[in-house]
Amino acid sequence: MKPLIASALFGIIMMFAALSVKEKKSFTIMAALFMAGLTAFNIAELIALINGGTPVPLFNGMIRYDSFSVWFNTLMSGVGLLYILLCGRNIERVGQHVGEYYALLFFIFCGVNLLSSFSNLLILFLGIEILSIPQYILAGSDKRNLKSSEASLKYFLMGSFSTGILLMGIALLYGAMGSFDITKFNFMQSGVNPMALAGILFLIVAFGFKVSAAPMHFWTPDVYDGAPTPFTALMATIVKAAVFVAFLRLFMEAFGGINAHWSLVLSIVTALTLFIGNITAVFQQSVKRMLSYSSIAQAGFMLFAVLSINATGMKGIIIYSVAYSVATIGIFAVLMKLKDYTYDGFNGLAKKEPVLAFAATVFLLSLAGIPLTAGFFAKYYVLTAVLEQGTGSLWLVIFALVMAAISVFYYFKVIMAMYFKKGDTELATEITATDKLILGIACAIVIVIGVAPDMLLAWL
Amino acid sequence: MLLLLLVLIPFLSGIISFFFRSESVKGWALFSTLVTLAVAAVATGAVQNTSLAYKLPWIASLGANFHLYGNGMSIMLALLTAIVFPVIFIAQWNKPLPEMGRFTGLMLMAQAGLMGVFLAHDLLLFYFFWELALIPVYFLCSTWGGEKRIPVTFKFFVYTFLGSLMMLAGVIYLYLQTPTRSFDYDMIRQTGAALGAFPQQVLFCAFFIAFAIKMPIFPFHTWQPDTYEQSATPVTIVLSALMVKMGLFATVKWLVPVLPAGVAYWSDTVMILSLIGIIYASLLAMVQSDIKRLIAYSSIAHIGLMSLGIFANTEIATNGLMVQMFNHGINITGMWLIVSMIEQRYNTRNLRELGGMAGSAPSMAIALVIIAFANIALPLTNGFIGEFMLFHGIFQSENPNHILYMVIAGLGVILGAVYTLNMVQKVAYGEAKTVAVIKDISKNELLGLVIIIALIIILGVYPKPLLGLIN
Repeated sequence: MKPLIASALFGIIMMFAALSVKEKKSFTIMAALFMAGLTAFNIAELIALINGGTPVPLFNGMIRYDSFSVWFNTLMSGVGLLYILLCGRNIERVGQHVGEYYALLFFIFCGVNLLSSFSNLLILFLGIEILSIPQYILAGSDKRNLKSSEASLKYFLMGSFSTGILLMGIALLYGAMGSFDITKFNFMQSGVNPMALAGILFLIVAFGFKVSAAPMHFWTPDVYDGAPTPFTALMATIVKAAVFVAFLRLFMEAFGGINAHWSLVLSIVTALTLFIGNITAVFQQSVKRMLSYSSIAQAGFMLFAVLSINATGMKGIIIYSVAYSVATIGIFAVLMKLKDYTYDGFNGLAKKEPVLAFAATVFLLSLAGIPLTAGFFAKYYVLTAVLEQGTGSLWLVIFALVMAAISVFYYFKVIMAMYFKKGDTELATEITATDKLILGIACAIVIVIGVAPDMLLAWL
Repeated sequence: MLLLLLVLIPFLSGIISFFFRSESVKGWALFSTLVTLAVAAVATGAVQNTSLAYKLPWIASLGANFHLYGNGMSIMLALLTAIVFPVIFIAQWNKPLPEMGRFTGLMLMAQAGLMGVFLAHDLLLFYFFWELALIPVYFLCSTWGGEKRIPVTFKFFVYTFLGSLMMLAGVIYLYLQTPTRSFDYDMIRQTGAALGAFPQQVLFCAFFIAFAIKMPIFPFHTWQPDTYEQSATPVTIVLSALMVKMGLFATVKWLVPVLPAGVAYWSDTVMILSLIGIIYASLLAMVQSDIKRLIAYSSIAHIGLMSLGIFANTEIATNGLMVQMFNHGINITGMWLIVSMIEQRYNTRNLRELGGMAGSAPSMAIALVIIAFANIALPLTNGFIGEFMLFHGIFQSENPNHILYMVIAGLGVILGAVYTLNMVQKVAYGEAKTVAVIKDISKNELLGLVIIIALIIILGVYPKPLLGLIN
């Protein structure tokens, strides 16, 4: 409960601070401190939960903080801190209203908090809205840039559309079950109410929109490409991970018993997402656009966790969220240091800035799922989770692995440009020792999780 | 502890090498590899009496351990790895590459990965090292080498990575079948052998594709000649003398005992593919004019014979395979060293432009002849005993077609003699095509070749130490 209040409060303080604080840099320092505070609140809650035992339902059982949700919140606020440290200078450069951007970031964390701990469909809806609305604004925050405004409008229209579908799904479920409380849903194996099934289908579509699963993915490349890069890094990582956790929580707790009715639909969505994300990413010219397709492809892997509906899947989504978020934020941070966002913009980076190139290589290897990086265990856990359910999904696992091999094409294109092509990369900003240090820390996180994934699972 | 050192020394000294800016790194690399060689020698001595093991808990929740295990077979390959690396550094001493620090670091990382693959006794750990060996080699092949190296290496990488991913699917499936969720070798072996025939057949494919691409056997070999041709000589040696053994060794350790029913089902198919590979590669080797490509194809033929030996599934064939793996590693290292010397001195690898080396550089010509003899397994060279045991084993095989297989494989040996001697004749004899004065072997090159040739002759005359190691 405290972290939720804290993040709302921090957001409001940031907003009012914008009235008096003039120096842009101080906003970043403030935000970093607040985010560290939020992480501390989360850790305190986690420790209380570990010592105190059972999770207490709040607000008549509408919110339930269990160890999974609190641990996820802790990790995401930690990743958020890393995000501010890595992208802070670029956030300052987006526009005039730096205080507001950070305020919106903290409101997004309210949404993250609700989405990881909801126990009631109304809170789910609330969480998704709190998460989405700040993003619409952030996507359009570079007001002088037409592409940014286009991204914002597109995102807003598509987002509201999917919210409508989500609401429709919730309404149908309420009609069928007579409750919003997901713990009170008890389906019979035979003869599930068709209205409830329709509701579940609507929810799959709505969540598909939010996590950019194919065929509901088409807004993603334009929005991610058009939005200011630091905010793309946010949307593609922490936000997406939070929606996935909500997806998993809902489908595991509420609809886990009747997965025979929806797993085929979700399997097809997964296969399509993997296919479209990976194949389209191969043909991109701009690294930023490639990364938005890669985020679709990675969403395909995260869908495995939802498909699996077991404890390994929960572990998988935790590892995947952290591994994917850290690596993606890291690669975006490197990208933002460059002038040219095409592959050629990376030519010869290894000669000029070896630390930057090495960090980018580690992040890309992690995204490709090479052992010794966090990305390997992320993929390992979600694939194991789905195979634990039986060999019925074996075709999907094989397909996913072939797609993972294809992903090497576009991730390694960047590595090849950095190391083996001659060129003179133009840097957009100077790279300070602090930048290198933080990138080094991010690399260390990726490698440490890649060697000892247990660290992330100890609290589950 | 010895086993841990075998992995750790190259790994750590590799990391340190990245920070060297000057050429003094080659001294460091030589020192590190010699220390590794010493440890490997001690381990070889220790393994005569008892097997070695080193176990640390790793990922408790998955039941994975950092478990290294050395018996005669794995220590022999570790020893081969430990011998080949210092020889490379000695022979290449006066041929520095640009960015020597990075080069050395990657080479030593590759050595750590190879050691790990040969010693890992835990399936997940094995998979880790399998990939860990690949990544440095990818960077090595792409940074140093011929003009077309980048696309060629990428093809190689995608091939092997796809194979690894197929293996990963098999790993996860096998793991989920183990009763206590463990990656331990014994547990995996029991579980795999107890599976039904159909799952074993499918799993066999998942694992074998990964191994077959690494070896490579026909039709998974298409990356190999290009990659060997384009990479720098030290990397080519690592690829052909050592990485190829990863596939063979993995088949012997992780496939034949783990999936017996799968092996029984597919062995005819694999043996026929191996035979096709032997004949096809030998024929192609005969028409090559580039020496590097010729040796690359000859290597495919040799590997084909070895994989035939694995699937003959008799004890003597397996022992012969082990001996042959060691000796092939030694011989092909020597072969590449000579080729790189030729290329450096004559500025060409084309057989039509070479000739008369016996007159201009007699020591090199002698070395070439000896290594070529070992390559075609003449008696008194080390190649003979392994090939003899392999044929003996194939003859004893219970496979109904074993005689036919043996005859075809024998044809491959004859073809091998044809193209190898043809190459020797064109390079060493005939009229000298270049007028420039050719410098004969330098001291460090001589030292490298002497080590190789000494091993060829000693193990050819007295192979007992090798055979003792296997039993």
